[in-house]
Amino acid sequence: MRRCKKCGAPAVIYMRQHRLGLCKAHYLEWFVEQTERTIRRYRMFRRDEKLLVAVSGGKDSLAVWDVLWRLGYQADGLYIALGIDGGIGYSAESQRLAEKFAQERGLTLHIVDIPGEYGLGIPELARRSRRGKGKPCSVCGLVKRHEMNRMAHDMGYDVLVTGHNLDDEVAVLFGNVLQWQMGYIVRQGPVLPEEPGFARKAKPLVRFYERETAAYALLRGIEYIYDECPFAQGAKSIYYKELLNRLEEERPGAKLQFYVNFLKAKEEGWFRDPREAAGPVQVVLHRCESCGQPTTAPGKCAFCRLMDQVGAQAQASRT
Amino acid sequence: MSERQVEKTATLKLRGQVYTVPAGLRIREAIQHIGLTPESYLPVRDGELVPDDERLKPGDEIRLVAVISGG
Repeated sequence: MRRCKKCGAPAVIYMRQHRLGLCKAHYLEWFVEQTERTIRRYRMFRRDEKLLVAVSGGKDSLAVWDVLWRLGYQADGLYIALGIDGGIGYSAESQRLAEKFAQERGLTLHIVDIPGEYGLGIPELARRSRRGKGKPCSVCGLVKRHEMNRMAHDMGYDVLVTGHNLDDEVAVLFGNVLQWQMGYIVRQGPVLPEEPGFARKAKPLVRFYERETAAYALLRGIEYIYDECPFAQGAKSIYYKELLNRLEEERPGAKLQFYVNFLKAKEEGWFRDPREAAGPVQVVLHRCESCGQPTTAPGKCAFCRLMDQVGAQAQASRT
Repeated sequence: MSERQVEKTATLKLRGQVYTVPAGLRIREAIQHIGLTPESYLPVRDGELVPDDERLKPGDEIRLVAVISGG
C-alpha cells in the first residue's frame, strides 16, 4: 500500500512526476501551499489587491477560489451565464453550483446573464454570426473575455484570476507549437500584465496537473459540474490533452518539463517579439467607440462588431 | 458471472459503463486494460480516492472520475 510521505498514513494520491504520495490531510495542505508558492514565484498579486475569480462551476475555478479564500485573499467571483442547455441544463446547473459554493463560504458572486443582457444566449449568438463555422466556442471565448474585462474594470478589481491548470496551458502551448504561432507563444504565461483598460490576469493553478485539481475538488468535497460543456465534444484542446496524457503515461513528468522549460526559455529570452530589437513594443490600443473597451483597431471592438452583426441579422430575419 | 469468476475479478465504472477486469492488476494497469489512459482518470473506492498504483482485490468496485475538461 502506498503511504503518505509526510505521515505514513495510507496515501490517497500518488503523483508520479514528483514521486510523491500523500494522505488526504497532507494533500489538501500541500495543494494550498503550492498555490501560494506559485502566486509568489510569478508575482501574481498581493493580499491588498482586489481579485475577481472567473467561476464556471467547474472543478478548476471552484478549486482556485477555495484556495484563495483559505489563504485570505480578497477574492470575489464572477459567473457568466451563457445560456447553454444542451439537453442537460448545463448553464443552469453550473450557476447553481457556483452560487452554492459562494453561499457556503459567505463569498460574493457577481452574475452576468448573457441572454438577459444581450437578448441571446451563446448558441443563438453563434448561429446568427459568421464566427466559428457552426461551433460556438469562438463566440463564447470572445463574449467571456469581453465580459470578464468589463466587470473587472467597471468594478475596480486589480486582477482577473482564472482556474487554468498545467494541462490547459500545455495543450495550448502544444497546439501553438504545432502551428508555430509565435505571436501566441511569446504571450503565453502564468501572468499577463495589466495594460490600460485591461486588468492583470493570473493563473495560480498553472503548476498543477488536471488530475490534481480534480483530486483537490473531490477531497475538499467541492460539488462541481462534472458534465462537459455540450459544445466541447471533439474540441482540439481535449484531443491534445489526451495525447499529452498518453505521453505522460510513458514519460512521467513530460508535461511539467515541457511547460516549465518553456517558461525558463522564455525568461532567458529565447522567445521574443522580433519587433523588440528596435525597442520596447508599444501596442497601440484604441477605445471602442461603442463600449469603450480597448481594442487594437480603431472603430468598434470585435465584441461590438459581433453584436452589430447579430442585431442586423436578427432585424433582417424579422422583415 | 459465477461466484468463482467474481472472486478473481474487480469492476471499473465510468459514466454508467461497467468494465470487468482481472483482480491483482494495479488500478492503472486495469484502466489501460480497458483501453483508457490512466492519467485522465482518478480512481475512487467506497467514496474515497485511492492511488492508481494500488492492486485490485477480488470484488473491488472502482469508480473512475474523468478529469479532462475544456473546449
